[in-house]
Amino acid sequence: MSATQATAAKVEQFCTFYLDKSLFGVEVGRVQEVIRSQEMTAVPLAPSVVRGLINLRGQIVTALDLRRRLGRPDATDGRAPMNVVVRCDEGAVSLLVDEIGDVLEVDAASLEAPPDTLVGRSRELIRGVVQREKGLLLVLDITKTLETTE
Amino acid sequence: MGEMDDVVKEFLVESYENLDRLDSELLELESHPQTREMLSSIFRTIHSIKGACGFLGFSRLESLTHAGENLLSLLRDGKLGVDGQITTALLELVDAVRQMLTTIETNGAEGDEEFEALKAQLKSLQGGASGAAGAKPAAPTAPTAPTANAPANASASETTSAQTSAAPAAAPSEPVPQAATPAAQPVAREATSASAAPSAAPSPERAKPAAAAAPGAGVAENSIRVDVGQLDKLMNLVGELVLARNQVLQLASHSSDNAFVATTQRLNLITTELQESVMKTRMQPIMTVWSKLPRVVRDVSTALGKRIRVEMQGEETELDKTILEAIKDPLTHIVRNSCDHGIETPGVRTERGKPAEGTLTLRAFHEGGQVILEIEDDGGGIDIERVKRKAVSNGLITQEHAARMSEREACGLIFAAGLSTAQQVTNISGRGVGMDVVKSNIEKIGGQIDIANRYLHGLTLRIKIPLTLAIIPALVVTAGGERFAIPQVSLLELVRLEGEARARAIDSIEGAPVYRLRGRLLPLVRLENELGLPTKSKDDDALNVVILQAEGRRFGLVVERICDTEEIVVKPLAKWLKSIPVFAGATIMGDGRVALILDVLGLAQRAHVLGDGPERHSDSGDGAGVRANSTSRRLLLFQVGEDLRMAAPLEDAARLEEFRLQDLEVSGDQRVVQYRDEILPLLPLARAFGRASSLDEPDRQSVQAVVARVGGRRYALVVERILDIVEQDLRLEGEPRQGLIQGTSVIQSKVTDLVNLAAVTCHLDPSAAREVLA
Repeated sequence: MSATQATAAKVEQFCTFYLDKSLFGVEVGRVQEVIRSQEMTAVPLAPSVVRGLINLRGQIVTALDLRRRLGRPDATDGRAPMNVVVRCDEGAVSLLVDEIGDVLEVDAASLEAPPDTLVGRSRELIRGVVQREKGLLLVLDITKTLETTE
Repeated sequence: MGEMDDVVKEFLVESYENLDRLDSELLELESHPQTREMLSSIFRTIHSIKGACGFLGFSRLESLTHAGENLLSLLRDGKLGVDGQITTALLELVDAVRQMLTTIETNGAEGDEEFEALKAQLKSLQGGASGAAGAKPAAPTAPTAPTANAPANASASETTSAQTSAAPAAAPSEPVPQAATPAAQPVAREATSASAAPSAAPSPERAKPAAAAAPGAGVAENSIRVDVGQLDKLMNLVGELVLARNQVLQLASHSSDNAFVATTQRLNLITTELQESVMKTRMQPIMTVWSKLPRVVRDVSTALGKRIRVEMQGEETELDKTILEAIKDPLTHIVRNSCDHGIETPGVRTERGKPAEGTLTLRAFHEGGQVILEIEDDGGGIDIERVKRKAVSNGLITQEHAARMSEREACGLIFAAGLSTAQQVTNISGRGVGMDVVKSNIEKIGGQIDIANRYLHGLTLRIKIPLTLAIIPALVVTAGGERFAIPQVSLLELVRLEGEARARAIDSIEGAPVYRLRGRLLPLVRLENELGLPTKSKDDDALNVVILQAEGRRFGLVVERICDTEEIVVKPLAKWLKSIPVFAGATIMGDGRVALILDVLGLAQRAHVLGDGPERHSDSGDGAGVRANSTSRRLLLFQVGEDLRMAAPLEDAARLEEFRLQDLEVSGDQRVVQYRDEILPLLPLARAFGRASSLDEPDRQSVQAVVARVGGRRYALVVERILDIVEQDLRLEGEPRQGLIQGTSVIQSKVTDLVNLAAVTCHLDPSAAREVLA
């Protein structure tokens, strides 16, 4: 985006969710829907980030464990994860997250580069951060997140 | 470039179609130079391309087609005779036009290529017209002139020549007579096939030349052009519907609401019919792929100085478009191979006492829900010894291994990577695409390829392919509590081993478990182990073994439970999962959950059961070999009483089952068993032949039975033992006895009676006879 266009308050909307107590966001435009935990078929021999396949109204959707994708520890509270279904070039993919947050409107100008304290795989997949009163919003680079790792 | 003009797009699509037809028409013309009708059609096609070019402003293409048109008009008016040289030039013209069209398609404008040489060539051929026309009356390479068609053609050409003067004038504004779209293609080749197989069906084009020549008659109004993407979408939707139907059916089976159950049945029927109809829209005759092959053969044979005739049988056989696409390249490769390595030069052929002209036969037909394609040549076949030597020298196999190899195994070597059997490398074969690629491409679409070799007399390649890929029958099994679907094409049989039998049948060779199935040792693979799933079954449980076949080799897959067969819709896996070779895709089951589809070949490779050695024991009655004679049938062999060996056509047997005697109940004077929600009567087959039945043996635990459907019901025909399934030619000897035995034949070198299962059932259970009559 050219900077000149952003002079007026250009607002981006993010669908947010919690993961390992951090708040993450994905552009609303990429999110197809958010659904409750689904019955899932595990895929033997699959990379660990693939948790299984779900039937989304007749469409088979791969569910990715976003904690594992971001190198965070597995959840221990035993709660069923939520599905954030995002669109990608080969259909839809579900991202498993701990809890769903609100849709937040963020001034595009307030999006900053990830702080140096953010290291490891998270850093590669984070497009930027937004400072908020209640802490940081980490904006995911969804295209990179959906790239195959292995 | 941006959006291509719709007019240009339409022009391209139509022109491509016409060019494909031109290829075959030109070859036809070469063999039957007298057919003026054909010339008119060729002329019209080129003329309409030219006309459209002028309209669309493609001046180079216009000038090229103009040169061709001039030559064609001389030919059509009989001022010039067709010969090999002219055909070659015209084929080059077709190629050049196609090349220009491709350029237009990609760049939106014609290229800079002027094709001056070709234009000059076309012109010079015209120049020779006035003088040479009489001197070259017929093509020198033309094979026997058509006999049956000739009279019809004569009258046909009268009719058409009267029309041609009118037709071209109408052509530019209406470029393509719709009657000449691919649907009509098979007709164009009729003459070739008619001379090969006396086809009973008269060619509609020849029968009604006037109708065919009149542009836009009939067909145009009754057919529309549909984007394949649209059909794919439709097919996907039907797939969804099939899944939803399966779910509804499952719900209905627990419902006591009669209206709901009835509605469900109706939904079931409609869905099945819809599925079939939509599948039909995607079907195209094999001719759409075959039509390119005569051109390939001509190019190859001309380059090598050979004479090869192409014969086609069953060109109307239909296949799913996706499958046609997938077999196009393998087929071309095989045909090219046959022309190059198979069929000899005229000199060699004469020496071997064969006609100088070689024959390449393409055959297509349906068999058991699959399509069989055969490519047969009457060339030199495979020199097994040479293949072996070559394989040894290339380090593919050891000398010792070569010595032990059967002929069939050695033939299989030509599918190994890195083996070219051509004595000399030509520019036609050996261009990197080997038979190994052919084989893997065919296996990718669930097909199988086999060879029947007749050294010095020819070679037949037989390809078995499924009708469609989208919806396939599959066996559902479980492992580690999860369900998996196994495509039925790879499935040979199901075996359940309990207690004693289990201990007897399972052996171990160097720590690897093997199963002894009718004298043959099969490697056993436990699905849970391969997939890294927890094993739930205990060591002394019954063992469920699914006998599978991959690359002609058999192995046993041990699963937790065998559920049922189901029609499944194959869905591809996402990119994260593509690299797992053991899965071919996923599907949604009746209960709405996702199940993975096993890739049998991938699984076998992962488990290392394919090995590289020959199978430990291959029996002669095995069904894997190719038999040129298509009367071969698959037979189920079983033993009745102590001494009778019997066979029945496999298609008459719905299933093979083993029942525990403790599960049997009595109804009236019959023993019955509850079987898939119905009561299945057990009929002792032995009794029909005056033998004691295994049902009556006192210390027996279980009996084996052939489940057959007679009338509307199923019956279990109890036999002593199921022996084998074989594929073989049936030569029946002896008189039919009481209608129960259809005859006697020697199978696996033993005398075997062929049983009529339906007749035996009616004999043993008169109520079955009533069912049949009803």
